[in-house]
Amino acid sequence: MAILGAINPMLSVGLEGGDKAWRLADYVRRGGYAALRRILEEKLPQEYVINEVKKSVLRGRGGAGFPTGLKWSFMPRSFPGDKYVVCNSDEGEPGTFKDRDLLRYDPHSVIEGMAIAAFAMGATRGYNYIHGEIWEIYERFEEALDEARAAGFLGKDILGSGFSFELFAHHGYGAYICGEETALLESIEGKKGQPRFKPPFPASFGLYGKPTTINNTETFASIPYILNLGGEHFLEVGKANNGGTKLFSVSGHVNRPGNYEVPLGTPFVTLLEMAGGMRGGRKLKACIPGGSSSPVVPAATMMECTMDYDSISKAGSMLGSGAVIVMDETTCMVKALERLSFFYYEESCGQCTPCREGTNWLYKVVHRIEHGQGRGDDLDLLASITTNIMGRTICALGDAASMPVQSFVKHYGDEFAYHIEHKKCLVPVDVQRAGSGFFTATV
Amino acid sequence: MEIEIDGKVAHVPDGSTIMDAAQQIGAYIPHFCYHKKLSIAANCRMCLVQVEKAPKPLPACATPVTNGMKVFTHSDLAIKAQKGVMEFLLINHPLDCPICDQGGECQLQDLAVGYGGGASRFQEAKRVVFHKDVGPLISMQEMARCIHCTRCVRFGQEVAGVMELGMANRNMHSEIMTFVGRSVDSELSGNMIDLCPVGALTSRPFRYAARSWELARRKSISPHDSLGANLSVQVKNNVVMRVLPRENEDVNECWIADRERFSYEALGSPARLTKPMIRVDGSLREVDWNIALDYVTHALKDIVGSSGGQALAGLASPHATLEEIYLLQKLVRALGSGNIDFRPRRRDFSSDGKLGGVPWLGLRLSEIKDLDAALVVGSFLRKDHPLFAQRLRQLAKKWGKVSLLSLGADDPLIKLHAQLSVSPAELPRALAAVVKAAAQLKGETVAAGLESIDPCAVSQAIARSLLDGEKRAIFLGNAAEQHPQAAQLHALAVELARITGASCGFIGEAANSVGGYVAKALPTALNAYEMFAQPRQAYVLLGVEPELDCHDPQQALSALREARLVVSLTPFKDGTVRDYADVLLPTAPFTETSGSFVNAEGRLQSFKGVVRPLGDARPGWKVLRVLGNLLDLPGFDYESSEQVRDEVAPAGEGFVSGLGNGLNGVALVLPATGAALQRIADVPIYQSDPLVRRAAALQRTTDAALPTARMNAETLATVGASDGASVRVKQCSGEAVLVARLDETVPVGCVRVAAAHRATAALGEMFGAINVERA
Repeated sequence: MAILGAINPMLSVGLEGGDKAWRLADYVRRGGYAALRRILEEKLPQEYVINEVKKSVLRGRGGAGFPTGLKWSFMPRSFPGDKYVVCNSDEGEPGTFKDRDLLRYDPHSVIEGMAIAAFAMGATRGYNYIHGEIWEIYERFEEALDEARAAGFLGKDILGSGFSFELFAHHGYGAYICGEETALLESIEGKKGQPRFKPPFPASFGLYGKPTTINNTETFASIPYILNLGGEHFLEVGKANNGGTKLFSVSGHVNRPGNYEVPLGTPFVTLLEMAGGMRGGRKLKACIPGGSSSPVVPAATMMECTMDYDSISKAGSMLGSGAVIVMDETTCMVKALERLSFFYYEESCGQCTPCREGTNWLYKVVHRIEHGQGRGDDLDLLASITTNIMGRTICALGDAASMPVQSFVKHYGDEFAYHIEHKKCLVPVDVQRAGSGFFTATV
Repeated sequence: MEIEIDGKVAHVPDGSTIMDAAQQIGAYIPHFCYHKKLSIAANCRMCLVQVEKAPKPLPACATPVTNGMKVFTHSDLAIKAQKGVMEFLLINHPLDCPICDQGGECQLQDLAVGYGGGASRFQEAKRVVFHKDVGPLISMQEMARCIHCTRCVRFGQEVAGVMELGMANRNMHSEIMTFVGRSVDSELSGNMIDLCPVGALTSRPFRYAARSWELARRKSISPHDSLGANLSVQVKNNVVMRVLPRENEDVNECWIADRERFSYEALGSPARLTKPMIRVDGSLREVDWNIALDYVTHALKDIVGSSGGQALAGLASPHATLEEIYLLQKLVRALGSGNIDFRPRRRDFSSDGKLGGVPWLGLRLSEIKDLDAALVVGSFLRKDHPLFAQRLRQLAKKWGKVSLLSLGADDPLIKLHAQLSVSPAELPRALAAVVKAAAQLKGETVAAGLESIDPCAVSQAIARSLLDGEKRAIFLGNAAEQHPQAAQLHALAVELARITGASCGFIGEAANSVGGYVAKALPTALNAYEMFAQPRQAYVLLGVEPELDCHDPQQALSALREARLVVSLTPFKDGTVRDYADVLLPTAPFTETSGSFVNAEGRLQSFKGVVRPLGDARPGWKVLRVLGNLLDLPGFDYESSEQVRDEVAPAGEGFVSGLGNGLNGVALVLPATGAALQRIADVPIYQSDPLVRRAAALQRTTDAALPTARMNAETLATVGASDGASVRVKQCSGEAVLVARLDETVPVGCVRVAAAHRATAALGEMFGAINVERA
């Protein structure tokens, strides 16, 4: 896969060649490391960098959408001793595959972004925590690190400025929970990846107990462009309160699934067209706009949305990581939810009670509905379990497991009710199979 | 910080949690994973409470108090959250309380009454978790009951100092287990049973023996080490069913060691002596008390009459009660003998008569947490004093610099500042090096006798740590007291304390190591070593097994075998005592008698019997009192043990007076170190006294393994043996065949062979010369 299309691109400029332009020389030819060089050579103050990021209204690309500049300003810059910047490349959210492509085609943009971040926050060390199931990308990142070190963009006394920053790659082993920032820190420390209770937040007590800032891969990759274009310009590319472009991973029932870079605020319809439209010309049924943990949005609402944090939020969902999962009319929503619930049950770390026990219970109930064993009060039971999980866990995985259940039942309750009553699916099985693209319809 | 909980106002220091504040004002917030002595995990979510302005319920255990915070523990939101969590906890938990060993004392059961539903909405199959075998003490047979609170895991990491249990896997398949195939071997492991809020970890010896509501809970004091742990002994039908800690923050906090928890198994052992026995025609025969006492009276009168009082010697165990030790010394002295002692494992008595007071810890146990630095000299810390070591472990975790000067480098599981491991012969010189380094650092003149010492970097680091900070302490361990140059070590410690301003003291070997001094059981003629080196005609032994408890068991045994009369006041009838004793008088162990122990810090703790004596056994103080009467000795008219105690320590409860570690008139003369192979003898934790030796479950632990001859590679090569080979170990005329083990922590020129074990009882002095050859 590659980055298949773009409107006003920044991140994907020069990456049309796909796998051929990832090396340092290519990146520098594209204007790479200019931002870092300018900051260090012109001795720009840390506040300048943070202000530019604030002005850009870059919002975290990992899912929560927290303003990056604000997050950076929480870092106690005067704290003596080691401080850390950590890049979260543990991209485990079903439907999301943008960071993988960024690291594959443009690893140096992440390195430069991290170096700039480290400079702005006075950090001395950085880690890029890479998802364990994309080994070759971890290896590529190591290669890119070697290049950057050899060229003097990393290490001691970068470009003779006196600023030193060591960056390391670290790979996980594929646990979804390690994408939660504090579980990720635990994992880097060599412990079992389990989220920490907050407060204290990583900005005061992070990796090895030191102040730490954790950002998503795409967030870091955007930093050089913000510095090059200026924060205000970056903001203007997107729309108010939603600066810049964003990579969207479009998957599901579309003709050209893949990554697309569009400015925030682009209409969903445009994105759908870029992805080649609906497969087989079928009708859109539903869309999960921000990765599997964001609530599902029915077709009618989705077609009105623009792809930015505020619009999607108004539609009752979240932009999340920008993983757009498109489902057409052949989709059985109970089956879809069953798969999602299985994922969250399987990936719960097991640390705190509501999530450990509740996610499994959710799965069991959805599973029995799907398999014709549903009971009359199962939908109430699901609602009750999700309220008992949400907001009562250490991290957000409990919420992430509950939101799909709530939204699926809310929008497609009749399908669930049909399942329970008739012990079979509203959408005939062969229609579902036809929609999957792997089978031909026999009816 | 001011906080309002359910309308009640509490004032708490900055950094407190809602749970702290709630406990202060007595508001109960349900919880499972929270424990005041462990780190905060916030994983059970049972303590969710409503906080004003917070959109979600917050865990009380982990939420820091902010000024003016308003908390509602019983609001709709809070109760709904708590009930929700309870439902989750119960869906996979077996609902079979009537057949669960924890039933009746289960936190989950108790809270389920308040927060659980009447029926379960969960109708699927419950989770099945496989059982685990983690050794003879903890049962993990019913791990499906586990609620994943991780208290046991955190206890291991934080209190015991070793993570033997962990939570493996994720999601609902998470389970508590050891590393593959390992057992739980910590000497504090039993506390995990107490910590477990459900029936997942239970006591293996106690399992299904009784229901908690059938048990009477009675207060007692541990007879084992010098800490004097407070116990709650639980009794059913006049039988001790189990022992649990009784919280005393100043002594044992809320913990006890496994030795204290499981030694009760010996109380009902078939080896218990339930009737007096007399040797008739070469074999021991059960007789009535009056016959036995008559026999002892006449025999003692006869020997004292014909050979004088000095023909008699009395030896008490330091595990005996204050009252027993006092009456034994009174009896022996009244018969005209000065041969009385309570320190069988000691070798060097040259400080006797030069002591400035009753040797003790030098500071209160509760002061340990405030120390800036501590030095422990000559101790197998963890195995000698599990809970004392635990206190040092907590200290080292905070700020305290803990250093060890030891014989062998056993891992104390403490974050050490420095450790120096030397042979017994070098121990005085090693301590002298610290003394000299401290003097030099402080610019004082070095004491006479230390001219030849050259302090190494480690001694200097230790000296420096003892010079910094407000409160520092020097502790002499068991090996330092048992050492052939114990007085030199004592004198050096006193000198080091003088230079550095640190306190100096003895950790003490046994429950009454301080009490024996208070009971005035010090020799005026032959001491515990000499009374066997110069054999006597008659011996009265009180709770002591000389073949295991003496510094030189070989010598003790030979003297006892030759004696005309050996009277043993003991709860047990098995073992070597059958070979040498002429009279066995069944005395009551600590659960069957009243008495007192004076712990290392001088705390006088009296206790009552918790059950009636088994069979015809009688409290030792009563036996000695009647013997005094029958011998027509004056001053034996006590009506109660309290009367005896008040004569010894008029202050009654509290701390005894006259404590002091000063030493006068011991010149520093450092011994030359020889080239001969030297023995290092530790007392294995489950061989330390007659009770634990007979506690069945403790004897199945890893710590109760057969003694081996441990040497480092160099020594091993010198004696021509290899790891795993059989070797013949010889001291004087005694020998033992042991397995040689490679152990790089044993200093060069030394062989570590445990004492106090049947397999090594034929050997000689604990730190004497030893010969090893291939068997």
